[in-house]
Amino acid sequence: MKLAWTALLLAASLTAAGCSSNNNEENAGDESAAASPTASASSSAASIDWTPIVDSYRQYSIEQADAFITETDKFVAAVKAGDTETAKRLYAPTRMYYERIEPIAEALGDLDPNIDARENDVEEKDWRGFHRIEKSLWVDNAAAGAEDYADRLLEDAKSLRALMETVEIEPTLLVTGAVELLNEVSSSKVTGEEERYSHTDLYDFAANVEGAHKIYDLLKPELNKKDAELEASIGTSFADLEEALGAYKSGDGYVSYTDLTEEDTKKLSQLIDALAEPLSQMGVILGA
Amino acid sequence: MANEERKDGERQPEAQDQPLSGLLNKPVSRRDVLKMAGIGGAGLLLGAAGVGAIFKEGLFAGASSAAKPAAKEAAGDIVEFYGAHQAGIATPSPNFILFAAFDVVGTSLDSVRALFKAWTAAAASMTRGEPVGEESGNDHLPPTDTGESAGLSPSRTTITFGVGPSFFDHRFGLAGKKPAALVDFPAFGGDELRPEWTGGDIGVQVCSDDMQVAFHAIRNLSRIGRGKVVLRWTQEGFQRTGAADPKGATPRNLLGFKDGTANPDTDDDSVMNRVVWAQSADGAGWMAGGTYMAVRRIRMRVEVWDRSTLADQEQTFGRHRASGAPLGGKDEFDEVNLEAKDASGKPLIPMNSHVRLARGDGSAQILRRSYSYSSGMDNKTGQLDAGLLFICFNRDSRKQFIPMQQKLGQSDLLNEYIVHNGSAHFACFPGVRQGGYIGDTLF
Repeated sequence: MKLAWTALLLAASLTAAGCSSNNNEENAGDESAAASPTASASSSAASIDWTPIVDSYRQYSIEQADAFITETDKFVAAVKAGDTETAKRLYAPTRMYYERIEPIAEALGDLDPNIDARENDVEEKDWRGFHRIEKSLWVDNAAAGAEDYADRLLEDAKSLRALMETVEIEPTLLVTGAVELLNEVSSSKVTGEEERYSHTDLYDFAANVEGAHKIYDLLKPELNKKDAELEASIGTSFADLEEALGAYKSGDGYVSYTDLTEEDTKKLSQLIDALAEPLSQMGVILGA
Repeated sequence: MANEERKDGERQPEAQDQPLSGLLNKPVSRRDVLKMAGIGGAGLLLGAAGVGAIFKEGLFAGASSAAKPAAKEAAGDIVEFYGAHQAGIATPSPNFILFAAFDVVGTSLDSVRALFKAWTAAAASMTRGEPVGEESGNDHLPPTDTGESAGLSPSRTTITFGVGPSFFDHRFGLAGKKPAALVDFPAFGGDELRPEWTGGDIGVQVCSDDMQVAFHAIRNLSRIGRGKVVLRWTQEGFQRTGAADPKGATPRNLLGFKDGTANPDTDDDSVMNRVVWAQSADGAGWMAGGTYMAVRRIRMRVEVWDRSTLADQEQTFGRHRASGAPLGGKDEFDEVNLEAKDASGKPLIPMNSHVRLARGDGSAQILRRSYSYSSGMDNKTGQLDAGLLFICFNRDSRKQFIPMQQKLGQSDLLNEYIVHNGSAHFACFPGVRQGGYIGDTLF
């Protein structure tokens, strides 16, 4: 009973405790209103013990955030040392830790734009983060000049990590987060628009898929109880997509987006759609 | 700024209504307009049977009698989905088409069967103007129906399904059931086929008097098929609407000529059984009551055409542009006299003109159900990508469409102005009865 109440409380709020941004509180308020479950949905959601699932996801996010800081530290060091080649090599693998947990990061107000905004996503004066450094590294072919952005990136990464401890993770965040990760792939990675200068889109692609797969793994037992056919269909679609993506591995990473033919990207895009459609039905475990 | 926007929003419905009432010089109900749209479509199909046939209410009476009480208001606006033959073949042509070819993913016949069952239920609902399925009532799920057709009339929507030659390869164990008539088309003269507009395991033709309703249908069928099929190519098409041509004259193609004047009488069962519907004696028993559909995306080089003289244009077609009459004749429906000669003894209707070649000796007929298309600009040339989405139905393409197109492809004067850049061939299933599903005679 106590656990059931916890789930209800979690479901009722997406507010990131301890987040100082006014903007964020507004956004979070809107989202939680929009996502507030109906009576029947709540009672059904309450029949699932969400605590271990949410705890596991928090733990996963914290692990990713820890690794993100470690790797960002190395990347930042290379940028500040003016070592352009090393910085370029570390850029894409470092971002993967962030891309895996993007839904939770996006729930944390300004952190996502600060870390991950592309040129013109925000006003020029506010533009910083990975893509600002990406432009220096690939367009100017120089780490020099990006030192300040590197420092701030590390600070932002640390802020993200700090919020992970206290952010309330509600079941709807998990369910919709998995689909959002694939939507990210669908709208910017498979089109090569995420990494305009480095063309390392497939790293983000793979990381987003891994992040979605993690959520599916956590929800799988409950999903199986509710709709075994749906659960199996999601599993098959993940396997199909991951197999196709595997063909583009190169060493420890992935080939450049520019190496993909139109046929390649179309096939990947169709596999994402084939997966995201059943994945978007995972809400059955929250519903009546 | 905000005020201006609001004004525009208010003015819009008026602007839409005006041309209709202006055209008719009296206020009209929406139902009147729908009726007229219906007559326009019938005109296209029944052109050869004479204008008189257009005003027979038979086709519409048949369709409306099958309407569900829930959709009573729009009863005349529903083309019955269930029946001996699929709708969208012998039924009148609505204003718009959205054609989509799909490829099947994987090799499971069970999955294909499940898909056709789901598609059948969805198509039956959507053609009645209803959502694709019931909503779950769970706020945590995406809506079942995508919603853009909510509140819109059924719009005489038809959804027609067929399977292509590639469907009968090794994947589903159906090779033995491939109809002999479902051949891969031979290469025709003038073909410049592009892979992005060619072939497909499954063909779905959606016709509707409303493009938004048609789009809704293809979108929801694609969504239902996600993971089982992928889109291979699509093409939208249009003809003049019933609102623009309430009398339902033979429509003009984008070269400015009347097109579809010669078509078999869809009201005549014996003609339809001879020309359009596959018979069980033809070989593939599961196709009895079905038909073979040829789809050709024919680009018209409109810029070139627009530089040619009226005399050249009329010689090319073998008809007068203004009246649609065969050269030498006065009226659109005048008999085409292939023997007529001018003062110097040359045939009035040139030997390689479109009308003469398409007519041949008159033994091979097809049911044309084409639409014009406009797909924006060809980025390579900066010219309009526009033309004809040619669609025809016939009982055996090997004896009807193929020989006709071979002759046209080799000698048609029109070839200077057109290029075939898309092609597909489908065996359209026989109609389905309530409780059955599309393709149940095959699967």
